[in-house]
Amino acid sequence: MNTDTDTEHRTAVFRAADIAKIYQMGEVQVHALRGVSLELFDHEFVVLLGASGSGKSTLLNILGGLDVPTSGTVHYLDNELTASDDSKLTQYRRKNVGFVFQFYNLIPSLTAKENVELITEIATDPMDPLDALDMVKLKERANHFPAQLSGGEQQRVAIARAIAKKPKVLLCDEPTGALDVETGIVVLEAIARINDELGTTTAVITHNAAIARMADRVISLSNGQISAVNENASRIDASKLEW
Amino acid sequence: MRKLDRKLIRDLFHMKGQAIAITLVIAAGVAVFVMSTCAYASLSDGQIRFYRNNRFADIFSSAKRCPKALIPRIEQIPGVSTVETRLVYDVLLDVPDMTEPATGRLISIPEIREQRLNEVYISRGRMVEPNRLGEVVASEMFAETHGFKPGDTVRAVINGTVQQLKMVGVALTPEYVIQLQGGAMLPDKKRFGIFWVNERQLESAFDMSGAFNSVLLKLEYGANLDEVIDQLDKLLEPFGSIGAYDRSQQLSHQYVTDELLQLKTMATVGPSIFLSVAAFLLNIVVSRVISQQREQVAALKAFGYFNYEIGFHYLNLVMVISMTGTIIGTLFGFWMGANLIEMYQEFYKFPLLKFQINEIAVLWAFLLTTFAAVVGTWLAVRNAIRLPPAEAMRPEPPPTYRPTIVERFVPLGMLSAELRMIFRNIERKLLKSAVSIVGIAVAVAVLILGSFSLDSLDYLIDFQFRKAQRQDLTVSFVEPATSSVVHEMSGLDGALDSETMRAVASRIRFQHRSRRVGIMGLESEPKLFRLLGEDERPIAVPTHGITLNSKLASLLGAGLGDRLNVEVLEGKRPKINVELTSIVNEFGGVNAYMDKRQLHELLKESAVASGAFLKVDSNRLEDIYQELESRPGVGSVSIKDANIRSFKETVAENMLTMRSFNILFAVVIAIGVVYNSARISLSEQSRDLATMRVIGFTRTEVATVLLGEIILFTIVAIPLGWLIGYWFAAFMIMGLETENYRIPLIINYSTFAFASLVVVLATFFSALIIQRRINQLDLISVLKTRE
Repeated sequence: MNTDTDTEHRTAVFRAADIAKIYQMGEVQVHALRGVSLELFDHEFVVLLGASGSGKSTLLNILGGLDVPTSGTVHYLDNELTASDDSKLTQYRRKNVGFVFQFYNLIPSLTAKENVELITEIATDPMDPLDALDMVKLKERANHFPAQLSGGEQQRVAIARAIAKKPKVLLCDEPTGALDVETGIVVLEAIARINDELGTTTAVITHNAAIARMADRVISLSNGQISAVNENASRIDASKLEW
Repeated sequence: MRKLDRKLIRDLFHMKGQAIAITLVIAAGVAVFVMSTCAYASLSDGQIRFYRNNRFADIFSSAKRCPKALIPRIEQIPGVSTVETRLVYDVLLDVPDMTEPATGRLISIPEIREQRLNEVYISRGRMVEPNRLGEVVASEMFAETHGFKPGDTVRAVINGTVQQLKMVGVALTPEYVIQLQGGAMLPDKKRFGIFWVNERQLESAFDMSGAFNSVLLKLEYGANLDEVIDQLDKLLEPFGSIGAYDRSQQLSHQYVTDELLQLKTMATVGPSIFLSVAAFLLNIVVSRVISQQREQVAALKAFGYFNYEIGFHYLNLVMVISMTGTIIGTLFGFWMGANLIEMYQEFYKFPLLKFQINEIAVLWAFLLTTFAAVVGTWLAVRNAIRLPPAEAMRPEPPPTYRPTIVERFVPLGMLSAELRMIFRNIERKLLKSAVSIVGIAVAVAVLILGSFSLDSLDYLIDFQFRKAQRQDLTVSFVEPATSSVVHEMSGLDGALDSETMRAVASRIRFQHRSRRVGIMGLESEPKLFRLLGEDERPIAVPTHGITLNSKLASLLGAGLGDRLNVEVLEGKRPKINVELTSIVNEFGGVNAYMDKRQLHELLKESAVASGAFLKVDSNRLEDIYQELESRPGVGSVSIKDANIRSFKETVAENMLTMRSFNILFAVVIAIGVVYNSARISLSEQSRDLATMRVIGFTRTEVATVLLGEIILFTIVAIPLGWLIGYWFAAFMIMGLETENYRIPLIINYSTFAFASLVVVLATFFSALIIQRRINQLDLISVLKTRE
């Protein structure tokens, strides 16, 4: 679907070709993705926009190696993810991918810093956990437990945790979905800064069209297919977003 | 510390109530295991060493009077390595601190050489010195019970003359590790003592110069035991031998071996119950923990934690619980084992009976609990790590509910919403509910198992010593007494009733099986020493044929109407073929009975008696004791009530100690099961319960849903527990049955009630804790959390 000629000289981090995903839900088959092809490039900030049920989460999970498509191929650089077994996918996630989830998924029994350390312990060249927290401006709350943090703070810890291993790609699934506007903007700012400062390829899923303005590229999904791909001439600073 | 481990510690702390409950169940199982295996090792080691160091004989025989010239011929029997001969006599003792007479067994000590077999182990004082008449060494059990020190004296009636015996030492022997008189069912520390005397003294007192009446053999390795016994019997037969026997028929050895067997049973049955319960609890608790942490697992996987890392994380959680349980259980087991050994020291006398730590047992305890823990949690852990991360990220689908079977039969209006919720919850988790019920039932069963032995024992004592044997005293004569002696007996001042019996040693054969056993000739309708049927009604001794107790009948494989070959081992040693005409119920020993007149005819003798049963006026006891002590023909007097009392004092007391342990353990199981299953239901349903609260249900109504389930479980579990307890008890009795004892399966209603009450209380306390939790339900936060 991607016909953009400007992007051809850049390195494609992800190459997905004609991927489909069918879930068996009890007795009905759900077609979550119906033949999606796309490329994501180095340093790029992409927003995957779509209503709920459009298949965007499924797409993100497949790119992140959390799920495998029913058909089609996905390449991460030179590795074919669709040909990898569970252990190779784990290795791939461990080395290259940072995840941010809608509901943060922090370990409630660990403090902010410990949640970050949980990841740096298994990474090969991680940043200092406190530096990671500093990037999301939460260094001073490093020793708080998730229950002692607000939703926005929890999500920023989740971002710090995701970037602490210095991942090649950062995949965010509705990172502001559970947050109010103000808090959501703080979180988005943090994500944008990571993309700027570390050059991490970033994909953010949202159903909120307003967020799309901060991206390099916006890929719209509906009903399991890509319906449009738009390139923003200039990215809007997250602080200027409103919805 | 790895952050995953820190999570583990905090998770554990968060579920501390449940973790402690499971830890204690594991600890209970490990404690029983460690206690019984360590006690086994200690007792078995004490036995082996004592037997080896003091040269315990392999074969035992006695006769009336054998010339020492026979010794070389005994030594020539193939397979015999050592022969020891001696004189053994039972005499009446007059002990200063007792009004009633005691029985002393005098055993000769060679004067010019060392003992060859069954060597005496002097624990205090010294050995008797050659040529010193009147010196004796007393058995430690007897000396300790009476507080005798070297230098004290007792008076003995030896062959009609009163003699002072001066105790110069206190000793032990492998032959009497437990102090038990032949024919007695219960050990008697107070009224039966062993005394070692210079050989010459006994020779002259019983006119046995150059003769012996007891022989011990040690066999060469690989010797044919039966062959040696046969040959020895042939040699000794002309001298009034009543047949040789090996260690398996030696009373003291039998008791110690039985105890070892019981410890083995204890080491398997108890721990299997506890560890199965622990495995079940771990399974339900860990399953719940994992399902609560579904999304955490997903996040860990998303960030690249490998399945095995996550799997080990949860297994480690379980290992912490099981290891803590093992450590607590091991320490508690050591303590209980040391107590048990201390208790043994009251019954069993070994020179060295010390509690030993059995490292292998500890290792086994560790392996067994780890195995149970891993098996119990493996399924839950496996499901957790199998779940694809994308799927785990989504909340669990709502559980599917259906109207229950109960609702199909009961009109809808009759079941309240709460009741319907309870039934639907149970039916949805049918397996878990069933296992929870079995778990609570097991607690009831463990309580029954731990308590019923007192019921059985009471019944046994009542049956055997009150309903069957109604005499107060049993007098046995040194030699068969003539009818005039018998007449005198009944004429004793204070004797209310008397009955005589004739006892002869015999060998009874049926097909290829045979047994050495005493035949007791009784009146045809005895009033004092009675035989009882299963309905506890007295059975007349058939005037022809022989009566066996059921144990002997089953050992011989004989049934009513079978013809048995009886070889009398006394007098003219007649051999006859008689019909088995009656089988009676008894709980101790192997016994055979015949009509007294029939026995006299068989032996071609007049109406002589080997002993008499007396019913006496309890106010005249002292006179009667004195009178009996002064009669030369009286070999021993056994006092029924005194026997029962001393038995109860020791055995019953120890049983009570064991019972309190059992109660403790059962409570641990009951609380462990009830608390954990309620706690899990609470966590599964807390959202529903909070919702109910929000829409206006009262705390009590909400608690009904949760506690109703526990109460229902308990109600179903209790009768099931009675049944399982009955099976456990029956199973244990089978395991503990020996030739010396059969414990009747008697469980009083009060025991059932007691077991039920303890479990109901445990349920009640668990419910209180849960109720407090329900009261503390944070309505708003529960509704807000996404699960």
